[in-house]
Amino acid sequence: MNWLWSTYASLPFELQVTIESLIKIIAILVPLLLCVAFMTYAERKIIGYIQVRVGPNRVGPKGWFQPFADVLKLLFKEIVIPSNANRFLFLSAPILSLAPALAAWAVVPFTDTLVLANLDAGLLYILALTSLGVYGVIVAGWASNSKYAFLGAMRSAAQIVAYEIAMGFALVGLLMAAGSLNLVQIVTAQTGGIHQWYLWPLFPLFLVYFISGVAETNRAPFDVAEGESEIVAGFHVEYSGVTFAIFFMAEYANMVLIATLAVIMFLGGWHAPFDFAPFTWIPPIFWLLGKVALMLFVFLWLRATFPRYRYDQIMRLGWKVFIPVTLVWITVIGVFRFLTPFGFIFQ
Amino acid sequence: MNFGPQHPAAHGVLRLVMELDGEVIERIDPHIGLLHRATEKLAESKPFNQSIGYMDRLDYVSMMCNEHAYVMAIEKLLGVSPPIRAQYIRVMFDEITRILNHLLWLGAHGLDIGAMTVFLYCFREREDLMDCYEAASGARMHATYYRPGGVYRDLPDTMPQYEPSKFRSKGKLADLNATRQGSLLDFIWAFTERFPGCVDDYETLLTENRIWKQRTVDIAIVPPETALARGFTGAMLRGSGIEWDLRKKQPYEVYDKLDFDIPVGTNGDCYDRYLCRVEEMRQSNRIVRQCVEWLRSNPGPVMIDDAKLIAPRRETMKRDMESLIHHFKLFTEGYCVKEGEVYAAVEAPKGEFGIYLISDGANKPYRLKIRAPGFAHLSALDAMCRGHMLADVVAVIGTQDIVFGEVDR
Repeated sequence: MNWLWSTYASLPFELQVTIESLIKIIAILVPLLLCVAFMTYAERKIIGYIQVRVGPNRVGPKGWFQPFADVLKLLFKEIVIPSNANRFLFLSAPILSLAPALAAWAVVPFTDTLVLANLDAGLLYILALTSLGVYGVIVAGWASNSKYAFLGAMRSAAQIVAYEIAMGFALVGLLMAAGSLNLVQIVTAQTGGIHQWYLWPLFPLFLVYFISGVAETNRAPFDVAEGESEIVAGFHVEYSGVTFAIFFMAEYANMVLIATLAVIMFLGGWHAPFDFAPFTWIPPIFWLLGKVALMLFVFLWLRATFPRYRYDQIMRLGWKVFIPVTLVWITVIGVFRFLTPFGFIFQ
Repeated sequence: MNFGPQHPAAHGVLRLVMELDGEVIERIDPHIGLLHRATEKLAESKPFNQSIGYMDRLDYVSMMCNEHAYVMAIEKLLGVSPPIRAQYIRVMFDEITRILNHLLWLGAHGLDIGAMTVFLYCFREREDLMDCYEAASGARMHATYYRPGGVYRDLPDTMPQYEPSKFRSKGKLADLNATRQGSLLDFIWAFTERFPGCVDDYETLLTENRIWKQRTVDIAIVPPETALARGFTGAMLRGSGIEWDLRKKQPYEVYDKLDFDIPVGTNGDCYDRYLCRVEEMRQSNRIVRQCVEWLRSNPGPVMIDDAKLIAPRRETMKRDMESLIHHFKLFTEGYCVKEGEVYAAVEAPKGEFGIYLISDGANKPYRLKIRAPGFAHLSALDAMCRGHMLADVVAVIGTQDIVFGEVDR
């Protein structure tokens, strides 16, 4: 062990930082990918129980190894590239959608100290990266050279414009409330129990953010880009094997990300709901994970319950409902903040 | 753009060639024939009583209703009518079939529009009805239960039970078998007791759901005149506000003795047709209950007593020369039917299912024409979808309740 430390100490400083960051990245990504894998299992089980059936129960005890079986199967499948597809774009699209979904985790704080990069512009970084993910979808649809895929990509492009704006405005409201773009500070501002969470003063924004998040991840009832019964599988209709698996991973990683962000920004992050004895015994990170699990459950619940929107109806919801709601609420917050010196207390 | 025949919403083997402007439909050209099995021609080459099984396979989600029309046509030609108990059994199974069909329709319609859960809820109830089919006829789908002159056999006094297995706990097993202790009628009665609650469940998931309403209200409006002109029948016609139901307007069997209502829509859109069909399920439930009550208190024959038409009992065949001859004649040659032509129609779950039968006096039909409701509906697909979006096409296919077995025949 000692020689390991001494070699490490003898390395140049830049290299030390790189190694340290690499280890941190692995420490975030491995649990994340495991989480993604078991998310698929959880989804099938939970939706199974909602739909009075059992779900996977053959691979391993109670079906727990199902995700690994799925991964193995997809790894061994042939990657079929359609003959008139643009090979480079076709193969880069899955990467384009997975990379931002993973990169965004760099600024996500798990507790006040457990964060890879505590950026001051964390929120902006997140916003930038999550909106990058849609290029994967669009490029996939374009490069496949298939009508169904193309329709899926077009739907996705239109949808993302509307919901990105709504989401952005929701975050503007949050920014005004917290007075910071730093995610750690946003959570710290919510210290003190459940009544301090931004869920309450920013409730409309929370709804808009979460629903936009569902839309952004192309999950039901906003899964028009996939639109199983209409355009078969939409943008990834031509993808098979690993390329398909990567799209799948990106979708689930995005889901976990959106859930985590919703928890961090509106549900008090790692803080316990009550600031007294039995609740404070549980370490903060478990509070975060528990809340994230709850939000993820809502994702699955929505999927099992709702029919799918039509794509123009999604646009209507985005432009005519969400954006006005966020704008109004931003004004309300602005007024409150302006009046704070005169005795109105925002928090 | 090509849609199907390998498409999740193709309901079997529907193939559409669509002209789109972006996502807006400009023209739809349904291509049929991928499930063509020449049923009409087959029926012309077989004795009358050997084609009943083909009728099951036409609209393979409303099996007994198809049989009913065919059997009724033969009975009309022969000039016989089944005993009253057989008529009640037929009506009961027609209505069970209607529920069966509407459950599949509701599930598929929901699934097309993206509501997955309804589908599985519907199939849970369908399973019980399939068990009724099985208990009565021995087959879960293609029953061949109706015969010219009655039904194949009387309703059984016992229900088959679930067997113990290592995947089911004792309590689960007892739950599953709880309603299966008595006769088939008891089982059906127990089903009708809980079924309205199940329909309430489906309705909670869909009827007032905003997304469901957005997807179905004002989609594919069919004005009453158009519906009539295009030969719509069944819920497609009633959804447009025309109160037309063969069970009321031209009562066959014992429908005139039963108490039920015909739901009618007002706007003629997908939502009204949805409401109509859901209400039809409740009404069918009512009819089934009335039939069960009558059948419980009125035992009797379920077949006419005519050795030329009905297969003899097994035990008489062993002792009685004549029975053996009748059996042999019936299963090789069938029976000859006097010359003539008839049209017999029933209100199948999808609409008017008719059989037009011409006999030249031989033991086979000279010509058999099947009037399938789905064919008329599918031919209106283009008119119903024009100007709507791609996503609405699946809603319209769902609302038409297309089954390719009967469209292609």
